[in-house]
Formats: sequence, structure tokens, C-alpha cells
Amino acid sequence: MASVELQNIIKDFGSTRIIQGVDLKIEEGEFIVFVGPSGCGKSTLLRLVAGLEDISGGDLLIDEEVVNKMSPKQRQIAMVFQSYALYPHMSVFENMAFGLELAGGSKEDIRRKVMDAAQILELEELLERKPKQLSGGQRQRVAIGRAIVRNPKVFLFDEPLSNLDAALRVQMRIEIAKLHRDMQATMIYVTHDQTEAMTLADRIVVINKGRIEQVGSPLELYHRPANKFVAGFIGSPKMNFLPAEVVELLADGVRVKALDSGSVVVPVEGSQLSVGDRVSLGIRPEHLAVSATGPLSGTVEVIEELGESHFLYVRMGDGELITVQGKGDAKARRSEKCNLQPVDAHLHLFDAGGVALPLLQQHEDKAKALA
Amino acid sequence: MTPTDAAVHKTAPPTRAARTERSDLTSSRLRAAFLFLLPMMTVLGVVAGWPLVRTIWLGFTDANLVDLSVTEFIGIENYYAVYDGEAFGLLVDPEWWNAVWNTLWFSVISVSLETALGMAVALVLNLQFKGRGLVRAAVLVPWAIPTIVSAKMWSWMLHDQLGIINELLMGVGLIAEPIAWTANPDTAMWAVIMVDVWKTTPFMALLILAGLQMLPGDIYEAAKVDGVHPVKVFFKVTLPLIRPALVVAVVFRALDALRIFDLIYVLTSNSTTTMSMSVYARQQLVDFQEVGYGSAAATLLFLVIALITTLTLMAGKVNLSEDSK
Repeated sequence: MASVELQNIIKDFGSTRIIQGVDLKIEEGEFIVFVGPSGCGKSTLLRLVAGLEDISGGDLLIDEEVVNKMSPKQRQIAMVFQSYALYPHMSVFENMAFGLELAGGSKEDIRRKVMDAAQILELEELLERKPKQLSGGQRQRVAIGRAIVRNPKVFLFDEPLSNLDAALRVQMRIEIAKLHRDMQATMIYVTHDQTEAMTLADRIVVINKGRIEQVGSPLELYHRPANKFVAGFIGSPKMNFLPAEVVELLADGVRVKALDSGSVVVPVEGSQLSVGDRVSLGIRPEHLAVSATGPLSGTVEVIEELGESHFLYVRMGDGELITVQGKGDAKARRSEKCNLQPVDAHLHLFDAGGVALPLLQQHEDKAKALA
Repeated sequence: MTPTDAAVHKTAPPTRAARTERSDLTSSRLRAAFLFLLPMMTVLGVVAGWPLVRTIWLGFTDANLVDLSVTEFIGIENYYAVYDGEAFGLLVDPEWWNAVWNTLWFSVISVSLETALGMAVALVLNLQFKGRGLVRAAVLVPWAIPTIVSAKMWSWMLHDQLGIINELLMGVGLIAEPIAWTANPDTAMWAVIMVDVWKTTPFMALLILAGLQMLPGDIYEAAKVDGVHPVKVFFKVTLPLIRPALVVAVVFRALDALRIFDLIYVLTSNSTTTMSMSVYARQQLVDFQEVGYGSAAATLLFLVIALITTLTLMAGKVNLSEDSK
């Protein structure tokens, strides 16, 4: 297993700069997830690490060795593709053995390695089958098996679960997590699915427009997003943003007034702000509750019942549509006025540039206690 | 009677009615399909069926171009007959078997060369490079020229006195004196094969390229990540995957090659060294005016091609079914 380091990595396609100088250090045995909207460059970044694309600028280090000019094989990486990329005319066994045959191992050696991987992935019964005789989940297991047999320094996954149905995706997600725990391997995983990112990652790298927006553990990103982009991207349903105005700077936070609503105190460090500044108030749907005395008010437009929880879509006085998540069945009615009470400790405040204001330490402790 | 029973009874008769309606629908569809097919069948019958049947029939007669009205049925005498202890007929005509041998030799060599070269060209054209569209179009030029034109062009280039090929080869000192490429028995067949390869390789390349473009790109990236050598990838991945397309291309080309006429006729006329089955049949029919005998030769030509095609397709199918195991 190995560490991976990206130093100011740049990638240009023609005159378009796709990756705009990425710095990242990945520790040995870490599970890193690249997440971002489609077209953000996360897959390109993975392909740069793999050696399937040439690096335009900066250095890529694997085990503290610059590997910019090395082939994928020399880098000793293995990759699992979204489309599985199995050889359609070869059996499961041949698919897994194909990359090993040139490595010079004896037939017995190859057989043993393939059988070991097949056992880990429960593929023993399927070794003689062709890919088209397998289900999507089985195919993806073969693709992972093909990576395992090579005993690579780094595993790369390019949206490996995107082609699977929802139930299978959960099952494979658990298997990949188990695999990482058992193998203690360095893994880089690309996905646009934030549930996969949250559940699998040691650290998540949020990428937008070829730049890293934030790197951190799943809960760090959830509780302390660095900016509006990360705040909106991590968490589902996404965070509500309300335009607001600074009313008062206090010792225990900043009092802001959402336009056309009451005021709330956000526990952030507000020394850079002054009264009257335009800011963005961020509230997650799960941190809002219907309450007769709540400072925010609006009209319920749509109700979605999910059984164990429900979503209210509330149109605020200033025209913003915000989402409220509640437990159990919804008590509110459509077209009714309702007031909303946010959980103060979980409020976020973003300045006009979209950068998050730092949380006050004592409130961070309180937030942790609440969580 | 429970409500469900009532529902069943109510819906049963319409179901039966629907079934008869459906079969009406099916038969009207079949009628429409037949009507649409009819013009095509008629045209095929007139332009392909009738000449074929007539040729086969003429093969059993003593028809002669001098006077077709006195044609008489003579059974299989055109194929095999014995007069005074001596055998006559196509099946014992050494010239006919020479033509069959020439045709097979020409087909095997030219189709093999065209497949190999076509594959190489297709692999190059399948790469991403600047001006690829232009190169693709340029490669097709030899194929786009009518055979009669390219054959005449080559026959001038190969001319023993005035040809540019002799001129060039003598210029660089490879040969000391001009060679009569198309007249010399040692070189005539190779000259024909060379021109055919020049002309038809683009066709093979195009068919193989179509096969190559159907291949998924991701498996090549997977092979690259696995560090598999490109040569191994070609033989172990590309070749097996394009084999169905390759078999079709080879069958098409073989069919074409087995009835080769124009190229050989223009380059070498009626020379026995290069005479193909088609050239033989034409010579009997037109030059010797033996319509009956020539028709018999044409019928045999048809049978030989049908046999070889069937065998090739069967071989191809066997391989394909192995694939799906």
C-alpha cells in the first residue's frame, strides 16, 4: 500500500483548463472519495492518477516517487470502471487472470491468486461464466476481482456503482467498505452520489470546476462546510439558503434577519461583519421544525410523505422555496401558513462571496453534544 | 355468486372476441407484408431467377449462338459423355479444371492478402489523428474507381514496353530488362492478384473498420491499466471480438473473388495461365458460340460458389456458437 500526493496538478484539453492546480496528500491505507457535480473534473483527476491521461502541469507522487511519466502498470495502480470494462469473450476466470499472464507468474500462481480473489468476492461458482451471463452486481464484483488479483499499490474506482439499481448499490457499497477494511488498501473513489461519499470515505474531496472546494471527513463537511457550494452539495435534501441581513453583532454570534421574516442568532464569529451586511443564512431541512412561535414564516406548497419522515416545501414571504424535514407523518396541510423554528446551533452563515463564517468554539461543542 | 365471479363471467366473452380479432389483425398484417414484398419478389424473379433457371436449362441442351431455334435437349452430355470409349464434357475438360484451380488460387491468395492489409489499414484509420477523415476518404479511392478503368490503367502501367513499372524498376536497377508482367506465365497471376489487392483492400478495411468501431473503448483502458502488451491485446481482445465482422467481410470478398472476370479479362484476355471460371464460361459462350456448353460451365460456377459459401458460413457459425457457450 502506498501514499499518493498531488502537487499543483493541472490538466488542459486544448485551450480549456479542466483541472486548475490541485494539491492533495493521501495517506497510506486511506479511503478518499472525490465528489462533485458532473463535469467538475473528478473523473479526469482520477484518470490523471491512473495514467490514462497525461498530466499537463504539476507532479504526481506515489510512495514519494514522481510518476508523471510512468505507465499505469509502472505506477502499480488498479482501476475499476463504471462500465465494468470486462472482456466480453473471456470467462470470469480469464478476465481476472488476463492481466497476470504477462507478469511472469506460473500457471499455478495465477490460479491461486484468482481463486483467492474469487473467494473474497464470492465468485467461485461463476468462474467459468461469460460476462453477459452475469448480473450487474456480479460483473462489478469481477471487475473488482480483476483489480484485487494484481495486488496494486492504489485502487482507483470510477463511479463503480452508478450502473447498478438502488438495492444492489447499497449492498455493493457495504462490500466495498468491507473490502477496504480487510485489505487496508489505499483507495481513491469517484462518485457524484453523496451518500456513497459520506458512507465510504475517510476523507471526502469536494471538487467543483476543476478545483478542490474542501477536504475533510464526512461529518466535518456536514457540520462545517467551508462555503456555500460544499454546504449545498453535502447533505440531502440540500441545505436551504435564505438571503438575510446582519442586524446585530453579539458575543455569542450574529443576529440576522431573513428578509420578510423574524430574526435568529447564528453562533458564528462575526468580527468581519458589520450591521447591514447582506449574508446568506444556511439551514438544513432536518434542522427546521414547524412551531407556532418560529421566526420564519411561509405557506406550505407541497408535502411529500416518506413514511418514516416527511418533507414540507414552504414558500417564504420573499418567494424562496425551502425544504423542511420532519419525523413521521406531516401535521401541516397544503396551502396553510406555518411558522418554522430553526435549531440555532446548526445554523450556518455565508458572506456575500459564499465563504462560511467560522463557528464559535463553544457552539461547536454544543453542536457536537446535540448530535 | 360473489362479485368476483360476476366480473369473471362478464369479462370472459370479450376475451374470446379479442382473440379472434387479434388473429384477423395478424392475417391482415401478413397480407400487407406479402403485398409489400410482391414487387421485390417479381423483380428478383425476372432479373435473377429466370436467367438462372434458363442458364441451368441451356446447360442441358446443345444450344449454339448461330441458331438458338434448333436447340435440342441432350441431358448431361455437356458435363459428361462418352463417344467411342473417349470421355468428353466439362467434368473431364482440363481447361475447365485449370480455370477452377486458377480461380481458387486467386481467391485464396487475394482474399488473404486483402484481409491482412485491410486489417492493418483499418487499425490505422481507427486511431485518432489529425486529418483522419481525409485519409479515410483517400484510402477509398482505388475501390471507388470502376474496375474496368483501374484494370486498363494498370495494364498500361504494367506494359512491357511503355509501362511505368518496368521503367521504375529498371531505373533503380532491380531488373535488367523489361518484364511482360501480364503475358509472362510466371508473373501474370501475381500481376492480377496485385491489382486486385490494390483495388479491394479499401473495401476490406472499411468493413473491418466498422467492426472495430463497435468495440467498447473501456476494455482497452482496462488492458492499459493492467499493463497488457498492445500486441497481446490485439490477438487476445481485438481479433476475437471483431471475428464476426471479419467472417462476413471475408465471405463477401470471397464471393466476389470467385466470380472474378473483368480484371483478368482486361489484364490478360483469354490467357490460360490466369483464366478464371467466369472467363472460361464467357469464352465458350461468346468466342466459341457454344451456348449450351458455356451455360453448363456457368451452372457449375454457380454450384462451386454456392458450395464454398455454404461451407464458409457453416464454419463461421460453428465458431460463433462456440463463442456463446
